[in-house]
Amino acid sequence: MHDYLPRAALPQLIQHLHRHGYTVLGPQVVDNAILYRPLADTDVLPTGIEQVQRPGEYRLIQTDSPRQFSWANGPQALKPLTFAPRETLWRSTLQTDGSLRFEEVLADARPTAVIGVRGCDLAALALQDQHFAADPYYRQRRDDLLLIAVDCSHPADTCFCASTGDGPAAEADYDLALTELDDGFLLRAGSDRGRAIMTALPLQPSREDQHRLADSQHRHACRQLRQLPAFDPAQLIQQGQHPAWDTVADACLSCGNCTSVCPSCFCFSESEVPELDGSSSDHQRQWDSCFSEGHSYIHGHHFRPDTKGRYRQWLTHKFGSWVEQYGRSGCTGCGRCISWCPVGIDPLQVLLQLGREPARTEK
Amino acid sequence: MTNPALPAEALILNRVQETEDIFTLQLQLTAPAQQWRLGIQPGQFNMLYRFGVGEIPISFKAISADEQGQPVLEHTIRAVGRVSRALAALPPGERIGLRGPFGQGWPLEQAEGQDLCVITGGLGCAPAVSIIEHAFANRTRYGHIHIIQGVKHSADLLWRSRYEFWAQQPDTTVMMAADVAAPGWPWYSGRVTELIKRLPLRPEQTLVCCCGPEPMMQASAEQLIRQQVPAEAIWLSMERNMQCASGHCGHCQFGADFICRDGPVMPYPRLRDRLGLEGI
Repeated sequence: MHDYLPRAALPQLIQHLHRHGYTVLGPQVVDNAILYRPLADTDVLPTGIEQVQRPGEYRLIQTDSPRQFSWANGPQALKPLTFAPRETLWRSTLQTDGSLRFEEVLADARPTAVIGVRGCDLAALALQDQHFAADPYYRQRRDDLLLIAVDCSHPADTCFCASTGDGPAAEADYDLALTELDDGFLLRAGSDRGRAIMTALPLQPSREDQHRLADSQHRHACRQLRQLPAFDPAQLIQQGQHPAWDTVADACLSCGNCTSVCPSCFCFSESEVPELDGSSSDHQRQWDSCFSEGHSYIHGHHFRPDTKGRYRQWLTHKFGSWVEQYGRSGCTGCGRCISWCPVGIDPLQVLLQLGREPARTEK
Repeated sequence: MTNPALPAEALILNRVQETEDIFTLQLQLTAPAQQWRLGIQPGQFNMLYRFGVGEIPISFKAISADEQGQPVLEHTIRAVGRVSRALAALPPGERIGLRGPFGQGWPLEQAEGQDLCVITGGLGCAPAVSIIEHAFANRTRYGHIHIIQGVKHSADLLWRSRYEFWAQQPDTTVMMAADVAAPGWPWYSGRVTELIKRLPLRPEQTLVCCCGPEPMMQASAEQLIRQQVPAEAIWLSMERNMQCASGHCGHCQFGADFICRDGPVMPYPRLRDRLGLEGI
């Protein structure tokens, strides 16, 4: 079967996408982290870059490996590409007769292809697809997105996608998926667009030993340090008085890093940005966090005035009420909230504590 | 795709100062193509927008008519925050934005043929006035109508003449409670739950609409259940931070429910195990 692309031919994939009008984004080292940035050629891919991720820690390591995708993930998933961190929804203009005119502001969405997408992030994109199904701002970006996944071969210590069922290999919702080997890639298509791309590439027949290597690589990537503990999602919200919340609230800075890097978190706030001359005003939205002070605010009252309530909201939503809302947990095991937490809080540890009977306290 | 996030222009026809900080805006939609928004149902809400300041969710109070018989949309607002104060400052003739209607209203069809019991506290009466007016406009569809309104101070009572009018109608019970009553307050001084005990309820054929502070709604619902009203016949109107009004922005989540989309009016059994929990 012709499904093998030698590494030397990878630039032809990029060129093909450029020729077909795509803006191509690919992983690159920016500010000591892996970010998706416009990709002119494959020589800016993070060749030989591996990672150390631990609670509160994210570091890149240069190795002499020829591989370009031997890292787990960067601080951002696909979320900023479809759910813009800040955007104008509509604009109101004050007319000379005192009347108001409202106009919709939709961004110019351009067909965009992303190379190097992870299974955990595809699963999170599917979660956002559910949540924003009726949102025109999200949809116009999403509809123009071409997704080229690369199976994760080097999960970080913070990863637990194998236990959530969302990785390390790309399972669904991709157009094209690549398994990286030292000298090239095994390709599989997930859509008609992906199949069309494969026919345009100088693919070679793959060998059995290459597939054996890919299988072994996959089995190795499934052996992850962290695992999602067993818990009852329906019970989480009823455990509001468990002492585990006090313990985590003592450490948590309520900074919102976890929600910013989370690929499924969807909260946003809306605000007005009026022109200084008073002639018009942009109604914008930007990412919000349930850790922000204003999130639960309503005419003079905060439903969650302290960190304990906010952390509890985040965790019980992500792992509990999300199941009721969308039929599965809101966590896809990417581990970003662990790495990017400045104090290294691990929500899996909180879930473990919640699963234990609370210790009796003397009254 | 029509964008549900885009407001329509509304003209302030009139403005009524109800109390020191509560006012009612009487609004007319300026574009003929926007008149479908008048299909708003009792219990639903609109997002009202002050140019350059922002939006707030305000439940619908009533649809009345102007001198030419054109429909007028009424919203009663307490000036308490940045946007509501900006709206409070607007005189008749000014234009605002309005988008909606949003959310689930009172279960009008389910209430048909039933006794209707409307229990409200404070400004919670505004979203409930709409269903009381609806019931009197379609009087034969409903049995007995019970109305209980509670206020913190007797001076806070809105629409007193309207309550007095309803009290004189046949098959209607109207009771008022003030936590603190000034001299001359003709009604009860104390909590609404005490008045609920006195209601001549027919629990097997009563539908309850309740709107007010959450502890008041919870105490009322539990009292009604003690009086044999089935929990599923009790409906509460909930309130949370709402910004998008379409179940996307996440602020109004109450457990798994998005209050703006799945509510604001919801059956008590769906809320019962979460009401009163800290931080939900």
